[in-house]
Amino acid sequence: MAEMQIKPITMNFGPQHPAAHGVLRLVLEMDGEVIERADPHIGLLHRGTEKLIEHKTYLQALPYFDRLDYVSPMNQEHAWALSVEKALGIEVPRRAQYIRVLYCEIGRILNHLLNLTTFAIDVGAMTPLLWGFEEREHLMGFYERACGARLHAAYFRPGGVHQDLPDDLLRDIRNWAQKFPDFINDLETLLTENRIFKQRTVDIGVISYEDALSLGVTGPCLRGSGVAWDLRKTQPYDAYDEMDFDIPIGKTGDCYARYLVRVEEMRQSLRIIEQAIDGMPSGPVIAQNNKVTPPDRGQMKQSMEALIHHFKLYTEGFHVPEGESYTAVEAPKGEFGVYLVSDGTNKPYRCKIRAPGFYFMAAVDHLSRGHMLADSVAIIGSLDIVFGEIDR
Amino acid sequence: MTETNMPDMPAAEDTETALITMADHIADVVDTMTVSCAVVRGEIELRVNPADIPQVLTLLRGDRQAAFNQLIDLTAVDYPEREARFDVVYLMLSMNNNMRMRLVAPVAEGQAIPSVTNLFLSANWAEREVWDMFGIFFSGHPDLRRLLTDYGFEGHPLRKDFPLTGHVEVRYDDTQRRVVNEPVHLVQEFRDFDFLSPWEGMQTQIAPDAPGHDDSEQKG
Repeated sequence: MAEMQIKPITMNFGPQHPAAHGVLRLVLEMDGEVIERADPHIGLLHRGTEKLIEHKTYLQALPYFDRLDYVSPMNQEHAWALSVEKALGIEVPRRAQYIRVLYCEIGRILNHLLNLTTFAIDVGAMTPLLWGFEEREHLMGFYERACGARLHAAYFRPGGVHQDLPDDLLRDIRNWAQKFPDFINDLETLLTENRIFKQRTVDIGVISYEDALSLGVTGPCLRGSGVAWDLRKTQPYDAYDEMDFDIPIGKTGDCYARYLVRVEEMRQSLRIIEQAIDGMPSGPVIAQNNKVTPPDRGQMKQSMEALIHHFKLYTEGFHVPEGESYTAVEAPKGEFGVYLVSDGTNKPYRCKIRAPGFYFMAAVDHLSRGHMLADSVAIIGSLDIVFGEIDR
Repeated sequence: MTETNMPDMPAAEDTETALITMADHIADVVDTMTVSCAVVRGEIELRVNPADIPQVLTLLRGDRQAAFNQLIDLTAVDYPEREARFDVVYLMLSMNNNMRMRLVAPVAEGQAIPSVTNLFLSANWAEREVWDMFGIFFSGHPDLRRLLTDYGFEGHPLRKDFPLTGHVEVRYDDTQRRVVNEPVHLVQEFRDFDFLSPWEGMQTQIAPDAPGHDDSEQKG
């Protein structure tokens, strides 16, 4: 019989698929069940955030950052706040720095809980998701008590945070943080030594050190490949240089290593949360500079000047001196950066958002080649993909 | 599985001198291809001609002292009033030095810039995005398709002359039973407040003896 040339099957995965973690259309060229080429089509959630920000004042641009990676909103606001503060050259009060660090770590746990548990459900374990979302509920409760919103917080502002924490909130966060290690242990009993989980993740989607650098992979995925690089340590911002914590790294760079790194990062985040609560200084929560930050409500009843400042800030907004800067934070997913070009007016001239997930998605083709179809689901799950930030 | 041996954070003034030393070193490495190299507001900015980009990036990555081996992001900025209207910006990171820098190349409309996908895999999608958003052509890119916008989209949204609302809107048409593209129809005029001009204060000088500007009124 003559040799037959078999044409690879092209398979369409998504745009609506529960394992795609959002609206992702993945066009796969398959040889039997082996992926020969993966072509992700993204942009189904593209909202033109960067263009919109060019038409908003610096303060109005802030809530857009909640809507990028909607699993850890405050971490992204942090990047924007830091970037504007850098351009303005203003100092943030110590209490505000501590509150921000506290809430960034809560955001990190929120994110890792969602990622680990949905990753588990992608590879067949349902229970972690049900447990994890209960814990996420507690954390979103802490968000709500600080700023009034469970998800789209708009809490971090250039110069500090919007309002002070209510009484007893720190005590409740501490109580929760004392109980949370038990949850992590329970989660680990379900997954870490689970035979099915390990069969689905060990040696799947290995990122080598060289590839990780070339692909622009950052965050837990980079550390899973054995690179000890965390912006909280290497380029500390706010109060991170006063915190004592360790950077977990993986050895193998596969999906399982990324899982282990995230689990350990949650434990380290708890350490930071406890230190931030213990060391929480008193004082103002936002810079006392009424050319940038609004005066408090009480002052506005008494002082004409405060009233004018308030009016000007919420209509015209503040002006940022001309210049360019790049500011990055260690968001739960990786390096989240803001490249800000200001032209001296009250609106940004250009704001490029460097989303970590964008580069993970770009790496999917590289990582899934030669793997089975089911492994592509494990790879996408372990990379921690959220379309809000990829499509922007 | 924890690791703590991270590079220590140098003090602020050390950082500044280190940045200047690095900027000088970069200017040496890149040599005649440098258009300008300076530390601006605590960040190294190197300007080069677009044609030299791949060579400059290769030099900066290969140089053992500089070792800028990560392309963190690639983007562009549109300045319609300039002759070379776009600035293509490469944000680089050197983990060895714990330093960042940016490489800027001015590109005119319709001018192509060499792709760096063979140097950094991360450039692949970043260049596709810049092509999509600004219409800057990267020569030598293996697969320069649109990335974020819809199939069949026309125009380049992040250009300054592209309207915020766009040109077309989509809706589901009940009679045709499919999604249709139509020109944008705004039910309300687009609100774009110009806060800059009304708040500049009085631009015209009031003469000291003009009515309503005498001292007695303020005292009273």
